[in-house]
Amino acid sequence: MSDNKLRGIFKDGLWENNVVFSQMLALCPTMAVTTSGTNGLGMGLATTAVLVVSNILVSMIRHTVSSQVRIPVFVVLIATLVTVVDMAMNAWLHDLYKVLGLFIALIVVNCAILGRAEAFAVKNGVVASAVDGLAMGLGFTGALTFIGLIREFLGSGTLFAQASNLLGPSFAFLEMKLPGYGGALLMILPPGGFAILGFLLAGKRVMEKRLEERAAAHAEPATA
Amino acid sequence: MNFASFREKIGYQPLLLGTFALLASGALAWASNATGEAIAAAEAKDLRDSLAEVLPKGFADNDFLNDKLEIERNGKPVTIYRARQGEAVKGAVFKVAERGYAADIQLLMAVDAEGRTLGVRVIKHAETPGLGDKIEVKKAPWILGFDGKSLGDPEPEKWGVKKDGGIFDQFAGATITPRAVVKAVKGGLDFYAMHRKEILGEKS
Repeated sequence: MSDNKLRGIFKDGLWENNVVFSQMLALCPTMAVTTSGTNGLGMGLATTAVLVVSNILVSMIRHTVSSQVRIPVFVVLIATLVTVVDMAMNAWLHDLYKVLGLFIALIVVNCAILGRAEAFAVKNGVVASAVDGLAMGLGFTGALTFIGLIREFLGSGTLFAQASNLLGPSFAFLEMKLPGYGGALLMILPPGGFAILGFLLAGKRVMEKRLEERAAAHAEPATA
Repeated sequence: MNFASFREKIGYQPLLLGTFALLASGALAWASNATGEAIAAAEAKDLRDSLAEVLPKGFADNDFLNDKLEIERNGKPVTIYRARQGEAVKGAVFKVAERGYAADIQLLMAVDAEGRTLGVRVIKHAETPGLGDKIEVKKAPWILGFDGKSLGDPEPEKWGVKKDGGIFDQFAGATITPRAVVKAVKGGLDFYAMHRKEILGEKS
């Protein structure tokens, strides 16, 4: 796989085709868990892991599965995968599971995973699919953490609260609190999530338009 | 007939679906088997840790994990761990559960011989992260508010969240969760009161 293609996949996942900000998939878990930066990060990382493995598996069986029944096959595959991950983490990474456990089951209903299986893994090789899963997952993680941080900051006046529960005590330095700010409850509730997401989506569009205009302005003298 | 054209045949689809269903159930059965023991062990360790957490330090001098008693509650056996000092039973620890927002919230509670709550901790729940999970002592001190409460203190009609006229705080955006916890603890105290003699080992 060429460097160019790799870079393209990463650019796609992280920005241009970002799961949340561009494809607008997985909005249900996005709204549900982005009440704090830590929650967003935890959900993002767990999803990334599942996304990479599911993309690899789907890519491996892409020649065996017929297009007529591919959807139920992928759904069963993803659901099985998530359940196995859930049980394995409960058994061997029990402390982490106690923190992340709430999020794991939610991954099954994340349509981004099926979306990537459909849009990418079923048409591409194993390595490219794994990279795509990683890039999309990281893009998702970034989006969730970002939305989570904004909502957390506005809603409770903290940043990365309880991050040490998720990442270990050495990450306690991330936790910040704005003194004397009670927080706007609305931001923690679903309406706040929709509002923040709306502003971010609009912001991304404006930014993309600006970049486009600038690129066009640069290109003009050359063509004239 | 080559594979590409066989793949489009009607007979191939159920075969494929069946195979995948079989593989998936096989994988799940294997995973459940492989992890069952480790999960049970991890949960037993959790139980040990939380038992030690709901009972104040030095409250008991016996090995209360092995001083068990089973009493039926609504047709299901409840295991009661008895904390003793010498021969006398000073307190009891048992699990209670109540339907929360998403699933049953499982709690462990310790009650002293007079029926006062010594401590309550959540063992397992599936409440909304960031909203309902404030019932975990790690995330908020709310659950400590039950310490020292008994059936008479506060009075029965005050055993509820503030929204329902009780004395316990609800959380912003999550009323169902704390309501369920309050109900569970109250139910646990009722259960204890009903079987007090049996638990304390007194002759009736």
